[in-house]
Amino acid sequence: MAGKSHGERDSLHRIESEDGTPASAQRRGFLKKGLFASGGAMLSGLSAAALAADAGKSLPPDVPQWERQLGPGVDDRPYGRPSKFESSVIRRNVPWLTATTTSSVSFTPLQDLRGMITPNGLVFERYHAGRATVDPHRHRLMIHGLVKRPLMLTMDDLMRFPSVSRIQFLECAANGGMEWRGAQLNSVQFTHGMLSCCEWTGVPLSTLLDEVGVKDGAKWILAEGADGASMDRSIPLDKARDDVLVAYAQNGEALRPEQGYPVRLIVPGWEANICVKWLRRLKLGTEPWYTREETSKYTDLMPDGRAREFTWVMEAKSVITFPCPEKPLQKHGLYEIEGLAWSGHGKIKRVDVSTDGGVNWRPTRLKGLVLPKALTRFGVEWRWDGKPALLQSRVIDETGYVQPTIAQLRALRGVNSIYHNNSIQTWQLNADGSVNNVQLG
Amino acid sequence: MFNSAERRVSAARARAAMAAAGMLIAAACLAASPAPAGGKPVSASAKPSGYYGYGAPATPQQIAGWNIDVRPDGTGLPPGSGSVEKGADIFQTHCAACHGAFGEGMGRYPKLSGGIGSLKADRPEKTVGSYWPYATTLWDYIHRAMPFYAPQSLTDDEVYALTAYVLNLSNVVGPDFVADQKNLASVKMPNRNGFVRPDPRPDTHDTACMKNCKPAAGVKIVSTAAGRHLTPRTTGPLDEQQP
Repeated sequence: MAGKSHGERDSLHRIESEDGTPASAQRRGFLKKGLFASGGAMLSGLSAAALAADAGKSLPPDVPQWERQLGPGVDDRPYGRPSKFESSVIRRNVPWLTATTTSSVSFTPLQDLRGMITPNGLVFERYHAGRATVDPHRHRLMIHGLVKRPLMLTMDDLMRFPSVSRIQFLECAANGGMEWRGAQLNSVQFTHGMLSCCEWTGVPLSTLLDEVGVKDGAKWILAEGADGASMDRSIPLDKARDDVLVAYAQNGEALRPEQGYPVRLIVPGWEANICVKWLRRLKLGTEPWYTREETSKYTDLMPDGRAREFTWVMEAKSVITFPCPEKPLQKHGLYEIEGLAWSGHGKIKRVDVSTDGGVNWRPTRLKGLVLPKALTRFGVEWRWDGKPALLQSRVIDETGYVQPTIAQLRALRGVNSIYHNNSIQTWQLNADGSVNNVQLG
Repeated sequence: MFNSAERRVSAARARAAMAAAGMLIAAACLAASPAPAGGKPVSASAKPSGYYGYGAPATPQQIAGWNIDVRPDGTGLPPGSGSVEKGADIFQTHCAACHGAFGEGMGRYPKLSGGIGSLKADRPEKTVGSYWPYATTLWDYIHRAMPFYAPQSLTDDEVYALTAYVLNLSNVVGPDFVADQKNLASVKMPNRNGFVRPDPRPDTHDTACMKNCKPAAGVKIVSTAAGRHLTPRTTGPLDEQQP
């Protein structure tokens, strides 16, 4: 680089493929592979120096440099990944929240997502003993207890059963749990990002229950994982027969290891902790097991010192994802306020938005598919006049349930219940377009 | 239940077919037979057990290796025993680095003892002693998930000893306690009756008011996350976040 001006170095730096390989190195690769005759002429049409000189001129009337060079071929990325320009769209964790990242949570970047589906690589993670690495060929699913035919299934066995695919949201019961005492995290990723929605494919649990033959008296199922915590939860048989899925695929491909590869439970509309990952065992019994995860955790402590147990359903909730602390407004004028709504009880009926802290509301448009127990996107046009505003969304689900305020929740449940904070989120939009997480009295 | 009902229907059909001298009589029998005796309708999708026949029977030996769950009545506990004294030694070796020598919790690792009577306080301390309803759950959890870095590495006797020690840290049992298969279910945990079900939700009753829902003057910000410095960065690649 000696002898080159700073500007030249900058330009050269920019002539890279997406994976950071300099164009010159790519050309060397080209020559090595003997492909010069077919494509090299095009590449050599512009020298690296000429490209460097032009790199800054990418806007009309100039033609950008990527339009005048050859890109990597189809063998470059056998498994695709996002553009390097999207490198900040990632799961993130809150280091002060937990003692270790192996028993912790990462958050989905809701501020950057579109539509209703969460890409597999961005689905939030919750581990109790780190991400288990399970060999599918040596993994077994055991079904026993109060059944007529105790059964051992390989993954191949499981995949022979007739499959179904369903789009369902997953939300950690502790989503928003840091906000009970007041606004803490200035970010929609951290206030609401223990949330995802995928198309899950697998076998209805009811099919497997029929196959093993449930004995009279069985009312509960213990689901147990093959991770280092052998994470386990009790599920009532009625729910198991209703809509629970033994899932081995998400969004069209095998489960990600983070999501329980090779097989997990999906318990639609219920707290995600019960959707046991790396599922190894299902046991039928007469009573719940009162496991650690359903006694010391995932119980909701009330102000009277007593705790609610088996609070499974994720009640209706919504949040505005644009604008939000990560996505401030830039100029005055027309915007579409957008957000997500979901209900563990079924479909979304309506989402209202307020820009004055809940004094006045107006209905929004539900966008795309409106499915039961799935994320539903809403949007509404709004002209920002540059004045400060207090933005809120409020969902009404098909049961008629209306999303509560944090004040209403606190009045009933105090501030120590950790789980099931489904309150209305308030974003304070400032005159400079920045957005803060606030709570109203 | 579905399956036995279906079998009864099939048997009735077979008997009818054998007994019937002519098609008319057989048809009459078939028409009369579909309602199963149990009263519950057979779901159209329900298949008899073993319908697909995939997989293999889980053998008693296989089940024994994985059947680790323990119930509040003690079902599932294996033979064995362990004293508070023995548990103290094991705890120092395997547990104290995270949980503290006396279960007080290091850093953000879980506190195991104390906090009894604090559940109504502004800052309740939820520990094994103050919160957990069943001592059997403690045995089960230590056995399946602890020590954190080497789960399922302890012997049953060691798990009994640790259970005894952790219970003693909160004075739930005395220093001479020896936990075993028989007595663990009868240990009375302080918060045994502290849990309520069924889930009382929905417990909030917000309304979908649209206009002038409250006085505009009453809209006040009482809490803000701005300036609290609790939020990690949410822009830029993750590696730029690291110190």
